[in-house]
Amino acid sequence: MKNCEYQQIDPRALSVSPLSAQSHTEKKDQRPRRKWEVFPGKNRFFCDGRLILARQSGVLPLTLGLIVVTCGLFFAFDCPFLVKHLTVFIPVIGAALFVFVVISLLRTSFTDPGILPRATPDEAADIERQIDTSGSSTYRPPPRTKEILINQQVVKLKYCFTCKMFRPPRTSHCSLCDNCVERFDHHCPWVGNCVGKRNYRFFYSFIISLSFLTSFIFGCVIAHITLRSQAGKSLVQAIQESPASVVELVICFFSIWSILGLSGFHTYLVASNLTTNEDIKGSWSGKRGSEESGNPYSYNNIITNCCVTLCGPVPPSLIDRRGFVPPDEVIPAASSASEMELPHFSAKNDVNMCTQSTKDVLERMVNSGSQTLCSPGTPKTTPLVQELPGTAAPSPEPPPSAGCPGLLDSRCPFFSRSSEKDSLHSINPAFRLASPSPSLTRTAVTLNGAADVGFMPLHPGSARDEAP
Amino acid sequence: PFVPQTHSLQDLRQQAAVAAKVFIQRDYTNGTLCQFQTKFPSELETRIDKQQFEETVRTLNNLYAEAEKLGSQSYIEGCLACLTAYTIFLCMETHYEKVLKKIAKYIQEQNDKVYAPRGLLLTDPIERGLRVIEITIFEDRSLTQ
Repeated sequence: MKNCEYQQIDPRALSVSPLSAQSHTEKKDQRPRRKWEVFPGKNRFFCDGRLILARQSGVLPLTLGLIVVTCGLFFAFDCPFLVKHLTVFIPVIGAALFVFVVISLLRTSFTDPGILPRATPDEAADIERQIDTSGSSTYRPPPRTKEILINQQVVKLKYCFTCKMFRPPRTSHCSLCDNCVERFDHHCPWVGNCVGKRNYRFFYSFIISLSFLTSFIFGCVIAHITLRSQAGKSLVQAIQESPASVVELVICFFSIWSILGLSGFHTYLVASNLTTNEDIKGSWSGKRGSEESGNPYSYNNIITNCCVTLCGPVPPSLIDRRGFVPPDEVIPAASSASEMELPHFSAKNDVNMCTQSTKDVLERMVNSGSQTLCSPGTPKTTPLVQELPGTAAPSPEPPPSAGCPGLLDSRCPFFSRSSEKDSLHSINPAFRLASPSPSLTRTAVTLNGAADVGFMPLHPGSARDEAP
Repeated sequence: PFVPQTHSLQDLRQQAAVAAKVFIQRDYTNGTLCQFQTKFPSELETRIDKQQFEETVRTLNNLYAEAEKLGSQSYIEGCLACLTAYTIFLCMETHYEKVLKKIAKYIQEQNDKVYAPRGLLLTDPIERGLRVIEITIFEDRSLTQ
C-alpha cells in the first residue's frame, strides 16, 4: 500500500528550531501552553503574555524613578507656593503632563516593537533550497544577501541566521533582545525595550512630552525661587527655604539638554522617514548624485512623512503571544492532526493511541518508567480521550494505573502493524515536525526492538546524534 | 489527462498526507507594504490554473493594501488614539484588525471553494508573521491508488 510508505524527510528541513525543542522538552505542566511561554527571543512577559519587555530591563526603573521623584518633589514643594502666588493651573498642567509622560513610557516599554516571528522549519528549508540551487557543488556558505528594487532603488536584504529568513527591508536584528524587529530604530535602555514600527509613536510622544515636562518644571522652579528671593530675601535664603527645588533644578537642567536634543533629532527622523539605524549607518546619504533623494521610503513631503510615521496604521503583534501552542507545532497539518482525533475514532483503542503525537507517547512511556505497568485495555483510552482537540495541550500525565500505554506490549498495533494507514497518515505530520530535539533522541535510544522499527527510519537526524 | 479527485476540506485534513509545501514570498518593489509575489510556482502547475491562483494572490494584495491605506480614516484613528492616550483600543478594533478578519474569511472561503477540492490548503499569512503565503500540497489519492 503505497500510501503507507513514509516519505523521507529532507534532513535539511530538520533544523532544530528552539520553538519546537523547548515546548517538547518541558512536559512538567499539564495545562495548554501559550506561545509566549515558548518564545525564543530574550524577552520577558507579564500579565499572561499581554505585556512584553526586553530581558534586560536596562534602566527603566531609573527612568521611572527619576520622573516620579522629580514630579513628586515639584508637587510637594513648589506647587503650594506657586498656586498661592501665580495660578492654580500650574499643578493641573503639571499633572496632565506627568500622566501623559508615564503612560507613553509604559506603552513604549510594554508594547511589542514589531518583532518578527522566526521562520518555521519548512520555510527555512525552502529558503535554503533556493539559495543552494544557485550555489556550487561543494558546500561553501554563500553570502546570503538578496538584492531587490524598491522604488527604482537597489536595496540589499540580508539573511538572518538566527531567525532563518531574509529580513524584510528596514528590519534589523537586535542582539540584546535576539529578535528581528520591523522598522528597527534602536534599542533604548532607558525604556528597556527596542523601538520599532509598533511603538515608535509612543516613544516619540514620550520624549516630546518629557521635553515639555522638564522644561515646564524647570521654568516653574526658576519662577518659584525668583519669586521667593524677590520678597525681600536673598537668593541663598530662598534656596534654604526650599531645598527640594535645587534638586529638581539639577535634574531638569541635565535632562533638558539630552531630552531636547533627542526630541529634535527624532523630529528630523520623523520628517524624513528615517530610522536611527539607517541614519547612523548612513544607508541613504552621500551615496548618490543629485537625482535620487536617497531614501526610497520617504514620501518627499514632510507632512506626509510625519503622518505616516506617527498616525499611520499599525499591524497587530505578529508573534501572537497569547495564542496556544498547538500539540504538533507550526504547520497547518498540526491542527489537522488534532482534528483527526474525532469522536468516531474514539471507540477504537489502537487508533486512539496512534493519533497521539509520537512525542507524547514516548514521553509518557519514559515517565511511567517500568514496562511491567503495561496494562492494555480500556483504562488507557481515558487519558487519551482527554487529549482530544478541546485543548491544544501536550498529553497530561496518565494515571498510574494506566501506566505504560502498552507501547512495548505486543498488542499495540502501532508498532506491529502498518496497515492502519489513517493512523500513519496522522502520524506523518507529527514525524515531519518532531525535529531531533534532544529528548526525542534520548527516548528513541531507550526504546529497543519494536520501537526501533517504528522510529529509527523516521529520524535520520537522530541516527547522527547518537553516534559517539 | 489528470483529473483530481474532489475532496472536501474535512476529508482532506483527515486522510491526506502532506506532499510538499510552496511558499509565496513577499514582494517589496513598492516598499515595505505587505504584498505577495504573483509569480505562479511550478509545483502548482498540475493542481490549479494560473488565473485562479493569481486572482487569489491579487485579491489578498488588495486587501492588505486596504489595511495599510493612508487615508483620512487612518489619520483620524491615529489622532484619536493619541488623544485618548491609546486607551481607545481597549474597546475598539483598529482598522487593520478589521481588514485582517476580512482576509481570514476570504482565505477560509477560498480554501473551501477552490483549493481544498484540488488537494491544496492556504495558510493565512498572519500565522507566519506576514512573511509568506504557505500552500500545503496534499498527496492526491487518485494518483496512488
